[in-house]
Amino acid sequence: MSTEAAIDIDREKGNFSYDTEYEYNAGIGLTEETVNYITDVKGEDDWVRAFRLKALESFRSKPLPTHWATKDLENIDFDKFRYYLSKGQQPSRTWDDVPDDVKETFERLGIPEQERAFLAGVEAQFDSEAAYSRMKDDLAKEGVIFVGSTEGLKDHPEIFRKFFGKVIPTGDNKFSALNSAVFSGGSFIYVPPGVKVKQPLQAYFRINAENFGQFERTLIIADEGAEVTYMEGCTAPKFETTTLHSAVVELVALKGAKIQYITVQNWSANVFNLVTKRGLAEEDAEIKWIDCNIGSRLTMKYPGVILKGRGARGEVLSIALAGDGQHQDTGAKMIHMADNTTSNIIAKSISIGEGQSTYRGQVHIPKHLKGCRNNTECDALLINTNSRTDTYPAITVRGDDNSVQHEASVSKVNAEQIFYLMQRGLNEGEAMSLAVNGFVNDLVKQFPMEYSVELKRLIDMEMEGSVG
Amino acid sequence: MSVLEIENLKVNIDDKEILNGLSLTLPKGEVHAIMGPNGTGKSTLAKALAGHENYEITGGSATMNGEDILALEIDEIARAGLFLAFQYPVEIPGVSIANFIRAALNSRQEEDIDAVAYYKSLYAEMENLGIDRKFTSRSVNEGFSGGEKKRCEILQMAMLKPEFCILDETDSGLDVDALKVVAEGVNQMRGEERGILVITHYQRLLNYIVPDKVHIMMDGRIVKSGDKSLALEVEERGYDWIKEEIAAGV
Repeated sequence: MSTEAAIDIDREKGNFSYDTEYEYNAGIGLTEETVNYITDVKGEDDWVRAFRLKALESFRSKPLPTHWATKDLENIDFDKFRYYLSKGQQPSRTWDDVPDDVKETFERLGIPEQERAFLAGVEAQFDSEAAYSRMKDDLAKEGVIFVGSTEGLKDHPEIFRKFFGKVIPTGDNKFSALNSAVFSGGSFIYVPPGVKVKQPLQAYFRINAENFGQFERTLIIADEGAEVTYMEGCTAPKFETTTLHSAVVELVALKGAKIQYITVQNWSANVFNLVTKRGLAEEDAEIKWIDCNIGSRLTMKYPGVILKGRGARGEVLSIALAGDGQHQDTGAKMIHMADNTTSNIIAKSISIGEGQSTYRGQVHIPKHLKGCRNNTECDALLINTNSRTDTYPAITVRGDDNSVQHEASVSKVNAEQIFYLMQRGLNEGEAMSLAVNGFVNDLVKQFPMEYSVELKRLIDMEMEGSVG
Repeated sequence: MSVLEIENLKVNIDDKEILNGLSLTLPKGEVHAIMGPNGTGKSTLAKALAGHENYEITGGSATMNGEDILALEIDEIARAGLFLAFQYPVEIPGVSIANFIRAALNSRQEEDIDAVAYYKSLYAEMENLGIDRKFTSRSVNEGFSGGEKKRCEILQMAMLKPEFCILDETDSGLDVDALKVVAEGVNQMRGEERGILVITHYQRLLNYIVPDKVHIMMDGRIVKSGDKSLALEVEERGYDWIKEEIAAGV
């Protein structure tokens, strides 16, 4: 049977915060001093300091991408955020050692319970740093590393530095540059050759403080033939002011490795969620992103895979649900760089009321390659006439021996469907919910059980709230 | 008061009067048929009783076991015991038949239905109606043939066990074999605990579902009622003689 997964089952569940005393606080606003403060507190090497300061320059030099993205980005006031808040540097290995208010936060979100039920390891981040990090002992014996990025950088620099910033360069975009300047927290995972981690590793990102920016940095490396599944959940309390979440996630799957990365973000409606996620797949490796965006004010996220080695496979399965006042600007990137690489994108979006969904895709197969295939499907479902959806698929496929399939559809839940469902006894909310779950069903079936059950409950909650 | 009672019902669609004073009494335990030429408002009656919002009730009453159903929402009418087998069943992509019927059953009870007991009764009813088990996982009405859709309506009816059923042109689009299966399914549901109203354009269906009463509907109301011989007479003579009777004030 299924177990509870680490996403909150309703909007209100995550809507609480504690008045927390922070040991370390970089203050308000972003300057060189902020960056130096963070790097000093963490006791980082000089190369990291230099990396951060250079990134700050890059961030400053780049304009907001409002020439293609929403003007709502202009409402982010970078001078008003706090960029680093923590209670201490060392994540605890037992929940008993976690400070009470932090522990209580994660207990309310059900994290320790899920850890016992079905996870191989958990990292729980509270504002800027991991408060708790633990992995099952047998995995450690096999050489698996699962720690916070702060620890990873300190204790495993030889692996960390080799891959850090290689999949997503600092200047990839304004927000990856911002993250590179002030990153803190996130996971560092290394799975040695041939090791298959059977249960998922999970991270939970919690924002507690107001006017805060969370900038976790995750780096996952699956060595040759290794396999790992990583899941992340996230929530924040709903503040009047805006909150910024800007992560960078890099995945590296070496020859024959498999990485599955699952996200269910249910940020509160005041969060700008601007995240860069990309994986690099070597020969015969496979990277699969499962990306569910339910919350936030604005999400901009386009998980990608660089198919670098022959026979590499990339996949993005994404679901976006844009309720009133939300904009889910999501998509996928597939960059084919070797023969016989295949990619698959299935994106489904649901727009309710004033909610807006945008799909942006980029598929690139150059002329000199052979035997490459891409399949892209994007389906949008509109509920209520005010809803809006846009699709911008950019597919560049050259060469005779490569193939691409693209399908897009826009549909509405129509009144006759609702009448039919209600005539069988379902109330309006249940009818909507059933229709919406039906729309995402073929995609959700590919999710791990724990997530599909929870996603269904989130959709039920959202749909029942959306009707009179 | 085990009766569906419609009195002087008036219904508009887009300000145009479609039903203008329809009266009908359907007691439990009986099967009534409504026949009539195209465009006389037969389907309007079905949808208006089910609470469809496009059908504006401008007068009259409709009660089920004494309860005013015109005041209820679509789902409340359904849960109160009225089932409509649709003339054109609607496709619901991605929702399996099994999940759909289960959700419908769960909407009627506090506790969710036990999964084992549910599938047992579902499979039994499907077998009864000659529906292949693979249909349980197929999306509701999506890609179904006409016959499959109609059988699926009867399957839902059999599972939900409503007190009153309206079958809206259930015979349309069916070949004789499919018609027999559907009729057999309906006949098995006949009984003291249920009233059934069969709306049809052709008498053919009534060879298989033999009604206790036949009503002829024209221009938005019932103009003549009789026993099953009336249906045969209509088949033989058409509707014009009834019009002439009315005109002559018989």
